[in-house]
Amino acid sequence: MPDTQALVNDFISKLKKRKIEGSQATAKQTAELLRSVISQTRVPYTNQAAALIQSVKAVGERLIAANPVELAVGNVVRRVLHIIREEDLSLTTAAMAGLNLSAVSDDEDDADRDNQPVLSAAAIAAASRSTLRPPSLQTLLEDVPDSAAIPHTSSSGGDSEGKSKSADKSSRSRKLKHDVIEAVNELIQDISTCHEQIAEQAVEHIHQNEVILTLGSSRTVLEFLCAAKEKKRSFRVFVSEGAPRYQGHLLAKELVTRGLQTTLITDSAVFAMISRVNMVIVGAHAVMANGGVIAPVGVNMVALAAQKHAVPFVVLAGSHKLCPLYPHHPEVLLNELRSPSELLDFGEFSDCLDFGSGIGAPLLHVVNPTFDYVQPKLVSLFITDTGGHNPSYIGEMYRLFVVSARGEGMNFKSEIMRTNCIAEGNFFGKLEDRKSRFL
Amino acid sequence: MGAQKKSATARVSEDQEELARNPLQAILLADSFATTFRPITLERPKVLLPLVNIPMIDYTLAWLESAGVEEVFVFCCAHSKQVIDYLESSRWSSQPNFSVTTIESHNSISAGDALRLIYERNVIHGDFVLISGDTVSNMSLTQVLQEHKERRKKDANAIMTMVVKKSKPSPITQQSRLGTDELFMAINPVTKQLLCYEDKAEHSKGFISLDKTLIADNPSIILHNDKQDCYIDVCSQEVLSLFTDNFDYQHLRRHFVKGLLVDDIMGYKIFTHEIHSSYAARIDNFRSYDTISKDIIQRWTYPFVPDILCGSSAIKVERQGTYRASDVTLSRSAHIGSFTFIGQGTKIGNDTKISHSVVGEGCTIGSNVTIEGSYIWNNVTIEDGCQLRHAIVCDGVIMKSGAVLQPGVILSFKVVVGQQFVVPAYSKVSLLQQPTQQDSDEELEYADNTSGTGELRSDKLNGDIAADLSETAYELGTGGVGYIWSVFEGAQDEEWKHSVAPIPKDKLVKLMLDKDEDEEQLTQDGNVLSASGELKADSDDNGSEDDDNADSRDDYGFFEKEVEATFLRAVHENVKVDHAVLEVNALRLSYNMASVDCAGAIFYSMMKLAVESPHHSASELHRNAADIITKWVKLLKSFLHDIDEEIEVILKFEEMCLESAKEFAALFPQVLHLLYDKEILQEDAILRWADEKEGADESDKVFLKSSEKFVQWLKEAEEEDEDD
Repeated sequence: MPDTQALVNDFISKLKKRKIEGSQATAKQTAELLRSVISQTRVPYTNQAAALIQSVKAVGERLIAANPVELAVGNVVRRVLHIIREEDLSLTTAAMAGLNLSAVSDDEDDADRDNQPVLSAAAIAAASRSTLRPPSLQTLLEDVPDSAAIPHTSSSGGDSEGKSKSADKSSRSRKLKHDVIEAVNELIQDISTCHEQIAEQAVEHIHQNEVILTLGSSRTVLEFLCAAKEKKRSFRVFVSEGAPRYQGHLLAKELVTRGLQTTLITDSAVFAMISRVNMVIVGAHAVMANGGVIAPVGVNMVALAAQKHAVPFVVLAGSHKLCPLYPHHPEVLLNELRSPSELLDFGEFSDCLDFGSGIGAPLLHVVNPTFDYVQPKLVSLFITDTGGHNPSYIGEMYRLFVVSARGEGMNFKSEIMRTNCIAEGNFFGKLEDRKSRFL
Repeated sequence: MGAQKKSATARVSEDQEELARNPLQAILLADSFATTFRPITLERPKVLLPLVNIPMIDYTLAWLESAGVEEVFVFCCAHSKQVIDYLESSRWSSQPNFSVTTIESHNSISAGDALRLIYERNVIHGDFVLISGDTVSNMSLTQVLQEHKERRKKDANAIMTMVVKKSKPSPITQQSRLGTDELFMAINPVTKQLLCYEDKAEHSKGFISLDKTLIADNPSIILHNDKQDCYIDVCSQEVLSLFTDNFDYQHLRRHFVKGLLVDDIMGYKIFTHEIHSSYAARIDNFRSYDTISKDIIQRWTYPFVPDILCGSSAIKVERQGTYRASDVTLSRSAHIGSFTFIGQGTKIGNDTKISHSVVGEGCTIGSNVTIEGSYIWNNVTIEDGCQLRHAIVCDGVIMKSGAVLQPGVILSFKVVVGQQFVVPAYSKVSLLQQPTQQDSDEELEYADNTSGTGELRSDKLNGDIAADLSETAYELGTGGVGYIWSVFEGAQDEEWKHSVAPIPKDKLVKLMLDKDEDEEQLTQDGNVLSASGELKADSDDNGSEDDDNADSRDDYGFFEKEVEATFLRAVHENVKVDHAVLEVNALRLSYNMASVDCAGAIFYSMMKLAVESPHHSASELHRNAADIITKWVKLLKSFLHDIDEEIEVILKFEEMCLESAKEFAALFPQVLHLLYDKEILQEDAILRWADEKEGADESDKVFLKSSEKFVQWLKEAEEEDEDD
């Protein structure tokens, strides 16, 4: 335990100090951290899933709080929670068949001693119901993991067979943990290969002699363009430099070393150039539940320009960037204001910031936001590792990747709801919460 | 275990590998050994004072941690118990890979003593970072450490690297934006070696002296006055032993740095490292407290800004740089302006206006309160109708309804201000009585403070508060509790310099005028040196006299050209007269000219413009000149304070007529008359000029003759006046 604690603290302090950059790296490291948290969590005989969920959630909440703007952390935490629930569900379903048999025999034994045969039967019935059906709203809202109820009732029903059961359970708990870790490994694998999977689709979207415009630098975009180039497509790329961090310069350099015809332009020249462009391809920081995109600053302007000239605006996003939250006030709440020193030189402007001889208040205000929010209506297409999607199907998209990842999509809606509830302090989470009470 | 190992190796990035081998250490002085923050520091150590609601030491430690320092020795002296208690209860005591060790002392009275004590403890094993606990920074240490190490390899005498940052001082007040005195540094631009460090330059003399061997030894020297000392030093172990060897070293800069620079026997060298995009500054006085708070709110210190440093997502940044905790109770009609911080659990009433301020946790602010540019700490109660402007209000203060704080007021802990009471500007109010001794010796003063009497006093405070109450009730209005400290003799004038309040306008104007006089005096002394520090080697002056003169003539030529350019720009871009005056004044300061020169130069450029604008006849030229003079009469007049300057204008005109603009020669009397009409020239000036010219050569008298009639007329008019 102390080992994971140290790891968690270390990761949190890195997140806080903004030492980890990029959603992919963050997502991967979060998943790895959660994996070690799971492997270090001591699982009790009963309620294994609940214990895992609890420890992951406790760590997850701290991670999210450390940098609320980095949505990838929350996304990964949610997916790991989802994995635990699913693994637990499939295990319980498998176990249920055997349990049902023994429960019948239990009933007869307990009838004289416990005086509660009806309850026991009912409990098992309820347990089987709740296991086989998607979890009820109430269990969701109270955040009681569905499996939590089952082992408890079954153990109360089967005290007499304690030994054999506990043996069975410890193997089950080991199995659960093992399965969960396997699944998290798969998730890590998914995250690290998302570039390639997105890039595979490049040829379908980039055609011969096209002009592609992008802003700033995104690893996904780089791989995407290079994949098209490798498939012998010849096209040109306009790179907008992406002030004030000028990551477009790095992208342009990288593209040129890989043999692509590249033109570097200033951000302000985007509108003038857009009429010559066939398609805009940008990376995203996060994709929200309504299809809105959080992207590096300047992208919104490009999206508006693209709309004006009816140029397709394509967003590339790995599935770890899909976020089941709704953007509320995204320009402020999901943004991060960085240091003004990226824009201007403190030394040269120090006399403008001399509060002693002026009116005692700064007249110069430098705003350096990190992100832009792009409305869903401006996005023509999302390309994720599971294929291309229209923004209006982004909720579906979330379901799709859950289905494709685990082969069971029965409770995707509840998952979205649940995850919304987890994100503490999120306005829409609470709203959803309130809404579902009326359902 | 395996996982931890893996991440540990991953964590140590390549550039930090070297640091990892020898853990990087830092000495943090949690005592400023100064009294600038009194009376607040009588009750709480300076490093624990909240800076935008977070204790200063947290900024320093957070920075040290993120910069890769692994071991910090916190030296505490005054209120050492409070500092130790705070550190033990804070998150710093339980950080992995970052150990904070406290070193306590009760009899250190200076930074020198502190370092000697640390040397005795023998805890520093290599290069270390020396910093005081009131420094805010976000710079990366990697580069400066690397530079320091490389220099050390080449030259074992390079024992210290000092971090500096560009920041222009105000030309009027001669102080930096942090309220410290203008700092002069001579730096070798190639090696970055520090050659001279002068923080108490004597402005009255207007010069600083450099050793001439410096000029002999260094092919080039740049003298900076726009560098700010960040008080972050990377030192080698020798620094500590040097302090032990020289037991009279007290102050880090005044004694140690200057001592090393002067001492050429040992040959130790100090180098500088300039940071550009990152931030570093030290809180030295109330003015820098204000400035740095504003810098933090404007996010120059990113990522050490309140919303990130607080850790939880409880504080959100909103538009216009407003920081608000999640559970603030805010009336609908309350107005929270830009660059304001509102802490947790604070309640704000109806129609209250807050701007450019920091309000701490658990405060209760009533209705119709105005708070501007103030720093309100925790659990403060401000009743209805109070007004606060540029004040610092410490924990637990109660302001009864209608109380007013004028700019620059400091209210120390738990002071109560009575109803409707107006606390006068720049006053410092405390529950503790002002220490009586007025010893000018600074060392002695803080010796008293650091020996723990501060704590004794606060013990006394709890017991005798009732007695105090009755005694001082009248000082702060009805129901008020606290003493208003009287200002020491002589310090009165300095008060505005280091206060949180902006410098009042009239002071600025006065300073401007004072400076003008100073300059004039200087020029009259023949000592053509600007206060902004013209270099003068301490060699004998005799040989260079002629050079000097030539220089000043050259200078005047440049100056004239600059003024002309400024004037033309003013004409073409319709710059306001006031602005033009300012610009010319700035030029005058930078070229070190008197206002006589300005008047001459401006008049010259006006006439030149008149000549150069298209004209066909003399009358048109006259009209041109008249137009220009009428339009810019204010500009010219603002440099004509007395007769000498007016005469200069006439002489200048004469010179022009003879040399550059001969077309005017014919128009001389007309223009002279025009100038008289516009009240640019007084009759006295013209008459004196005439008198002076009377005895001159014949060739010089050309213009006097041509304007004889006018002069005659003036003389008659004067006589008539006298008759009346």
